[in-house]
Amino acid sequence: MASDPTDLTRRYAHELADGLRSGAFSAREVTDAHLAAAERDNRGLHAWLTIDASTARRQADAADQTLAAARSEGPAALAALPALLGLPVALKDLVSVEGGQCTAGSRILEGYHAPYDAHITERLRASGAVLLGKTNMDEFAMGSSTEHSAFGPTSNPWDLDRVPGGSSGGSAAAVAAFNAPFGIGTDTGGSIRQPAGLCGIVGMKPTYGRVSRYGIVAFASSLDQIGPFARDSRDAAALLHAVAGRDERDSTSAPMPVPDSLLGLAASDDAAAGALRGKRLGLPREYFVAGMEPGVEARVREAVAALETAGAIVEEVSLPHTEYGLATYYIVAPAEASANLARYDGIRYGPGRRDGDTLANVLATRGEGFGAEVKRRIMLGTYALSAGYYDAFYLKAQKVRTLIKADFDRLWADGFDALVAPTSPTVAFRFGARLADPVAMYLSDACTLPVNMAGLPGVSIPCGLSEGLPVGLQLIGAPWTEAELFGLARGYEAITADAPWRSVEPAQLAQAADPAGPTPAERAAGLAA
Amino acid sequence: MTAAAPAASTALERYEAVIGIEIHCQLRTASKMFCSCSNAYDGAPPNSHTCPVCLGLPGALPTINRAAVEGVIATGIAIGATTPAATRWDRKNYFYPDLPKGYQISQYDLPLAAHGRLAVETSAGPFVVGIQRAHLEEDTAKLIHGSDADGRRTSLIDFNRSGAPLMEIVTEPSIRTAEQARRYAEELQLLLRTIGVSGADMERGQMRVEANVSLRPRGTEPFGTRVEVKNMNSFRSVERAIAFEIQRQAVALDAGEVLTQDTRGWDDNRGVTYVMRSKEDSHDYRYFPEPDLPPLRVAPEWIEAVRAGLPELPAARRARYVDALGLSAYDAGVIAGQPDLTTAFEAIRAAGPGLSPKEVANFVTGDYGRALNESAERGPAGLVGRTSAPELADLLGRVERGELSRTNAREVFASHAATGETAAAIVEEKGFHQISDSSALGATIEAVLAANPAAITDHRAGKPALGFLVGQVMKATRGQANAELAGKLLRERLDGAGDGPA
Repeated sequence: MASDPTDLTRRYAHELADGLRSGAFSAREVTDAHLAAAERDNRGLHAWLTIDASTARRQADAADQTLAAARSEGPAALAALPALLGLPVALKDLVSVEGGQCTAGSRILEGYHAPYDAHITERLRASGAVLLGKTNMDEFAMGSSTEHSAFGPTSNPWDLDRVPGGSSGGSAAAVAAFNAPFGIGTDTGGSIRQPAGLCGIVGMKPTYGRVSRYGIVAFASSLDQIGPFARDSRDAAALLHAVAGRDERDSTSAPMPVPDSLLGLAASDDAAAGALRGKRLGLPREYFVAGMEPGVEARVREAVAALETAGAIVEEVSLPHTEYGLATYYIVAPAEASANLARYDGIRYGPGRRDGDTLANVLATRGEGFGAEVKRRIMLGTYALSAGYYDAFYLKAQKVRTLIKADFDRLWADGFDALVAPTSPTVAFRFGARLADPVAMYLSDACTLPVNMAGLPGVSIPCGLSEGLPVGLQLIGAPWTEAELFGLARGYEAITADAPWRSVEPAQLAQAADPAGPTPAERAAGLAA
Repeated sequence: MTAAAPAASTALERYEAVIGIEIHCQLRTASKMFCSCSNAYDGAPPNSHTCPVCLGLPGALPTINRAAVEGVIATGIAIGATTPAATRWDRKNYFYPDLPKGYQISQYDLPLAAHGRLAVETSAGPFVVGIQRAHLEEDTAKLIHGSDADGRRTSLIDFNRSGAPLMEIVTEPSIRTAEQARRYAEELQLLLRTIGVSGADMERGQMRVEANVSLRPRGTEPFGTRVEVKNMNSFRSVERAIAFEIQRQAVALDAGEVLTQDTRGWDDNRGVTYVMRSKEDSHDYRYFPEPDLPPLRVAPEWIEAVRAGLPELPAARRARYVDALGLSAYDAGVIAGQPDLTTAFEAIRAAGPGLSPKEVANFVTGDYGRALNESAERGPAGLVGRTSAPELADLLGRVERGELSRTNAREVFASHAATGETAAAIVEEKGFHQISDSSALGATIEAVLAANPAAITDHRAGKPALGFLVGQVMKATRGQANAELAGKLLRERLDGAGDGPA
């Protein structure tokens, strides 16, 4: 690594956890280091919408007190400490934190302060995590580039003229740029895995129902899942472990036990690599789509070859209904969104226009509060649910959804342990490249959204660089196999631990930290000009 | 408008009214439909019974209130409806300031109860109302319109009612007269109160009745243009509004007018319906399955458990009162028609199984019923004031055995209701021992006859004077004489062989 070895922001979360317990450094030091990085980079990256330094420091100080007490009690007390104690976390700005602003990247929620904690916020607090702040995102999680944020875009730390992916682009960029060891995102059609892939980090969308959605601003209720970002699979698994599990307040959260093996991924590379032996992996041919960049395909095929070399059995398989994924997704998700966003009706939220009559004020508030992409999806969804169209669109889409799920179920029944696929057909693209053509933007998620339609877990892990930009490898599993997927991801990390690309840091961290450099919005405007 | 009553009946000679009734009932549950907020918000300060869920805040999610589901299952069983093996909720999308999510969670094509019926008595005989469905949904918030200190019009929103469990019961279009509609609403209210699922108080908005009314020429099948009537706040206004609407439509049809599919409100003061909105405003609600709530499986065991918990239903109760207890149909209807009276009747009968049902019925519909009207106080067993069933049974037993006069019994009851003291203690304290011994009454009767020679003359002349003389005996004994015995003795004395006073 080219970086300063004493820089706490360069450590993995599990390394920080060890150091906190041994007393090598304090939670306050860990938090201060990350706050400094976040504040320094926020002009150049704009990963954060809110950085709450004072609250974060208070939480860090409390963690230090807990750590000190445990150290004086002895090893048993230290071992019993919650896993995330004193570790900073970045939250996508659609996670409710009591008293904190929660914009979901939208003008209409600017100034809205959630009066309650989301379930995962409660779980993070219980686990001792330090909440650094809230990260940028596409408005209401609708987008694949974070360019649809009402508060301006976020840059990819690998190339500041490029997008970090989306919709959870802020959390992905923050973790990739060492502003936080891990972060929380949500994934409705790829919004964790695609930015993880484009930013060169680990990101998982768990099984639908694995993490409670209570307190998460909804986009598409039957597809939304909350999941972790981190720089390796051990950290991501630990963060998932902290937030997963049944919550009575979310009727769609499942009463499935959360395996403690998520906290026990193999530390040794030999053990991790050994776990790959004999694993049966499917390679879905439909995911190697036309328009896929050769560099991306090359990295993915190299990764597959490496897995085979390590003893995995890889077979080409077919998911025949994949081609209908995009069309059906863009009926189901907007339909649900059109209802979920009805509460922002111009009466309760938003800038509150007061210069016309009541109806004009309401219409103006909603008209100005939503961005173009959100309006597009509300219209798509409203149309798909309208009398006379419901059967042809929504009902039909739900039937196709069943077929998409059946494609996967057949493979699990055939005994496949997981599927291996690209996360995204391309590396990170330049600002503005897909803004003019919504369908081109939607195609960014062609390899990820069938997984949401089927409710399955999927993880994106870095598998190398193409033209200096990260490529993501997607592993898709049967329901509730997150621990097994992380085991495979950890195995792949182990067999590629010495690959040269692993030691390459995001190329433009220094430019991002330049206090006189352009902001992402200025870069985007420059590229558009 | 000049809707003369005779015209209404002639309208029904030419036209057949097709009436369907939709009734919304608030369910009496501890918490709201989809959150844990208390449902007992009546009289509470505005917005004091709210949480992220019933305020529709970003990120909040609904959870199903099982007690509310059971309320609809119970109603379904009581109206002989079928319960589906699985049900689900749907989103009904529309914008209104009292609807915080911009959609109402309701049930569209899988209601919790379907195909039921309810039998009612009308002046024209018994009638069975077909019930299409009963489903569960959430209530809206309440808008309060007024003006601020500067006189500007304002609308305030009270979210206490938002998310309260609401059951909607929809009949088939099988009702033909305004009276049938009123009787259906009354009988449904009784049923809901009997099974305890709703207070069903119309004035407090716990039960809201809407009617769909159309006419068609007698002997024809196709439905006419339907008008929805709202704002009927009493059973009487249900009947009046529908009768008015039948007449209004008949006059319009006779005049060759084309009716429009309006929603009309009932103005109780003017006795007319008026247009609230026309069909052009009708919504496409864009129903779709609620993705935040998984389908709910209704296991047969669950339905059976609800069935086992149901009390005797009004129709069965009325039949039992007449057939097994020998009450008149009228008394049976009165007692089974008011849960307070049913409670008292059943409790007294249980405490005094030997009492004559007729006597208990007379007491319950008479003195006890008056006490219910005069006092709002109810004990833990649901009895008026401080009364208890064993004491009431004891009191009625004393009357039946002739130990206590009805007049004094009334006083003992009043005292018992006010203080809760035992009947025995009150009788003792007031010295109410009925004189049922003919020898003990003899001297009093002689004295009364001696003091009222004119009455004797009247009686012998065939004029009604016996009652007066009995009254004099009661007065002389401070109500303690057994009135029946006094009458018998007087009659013997006046009509018998014995020699009368000079």
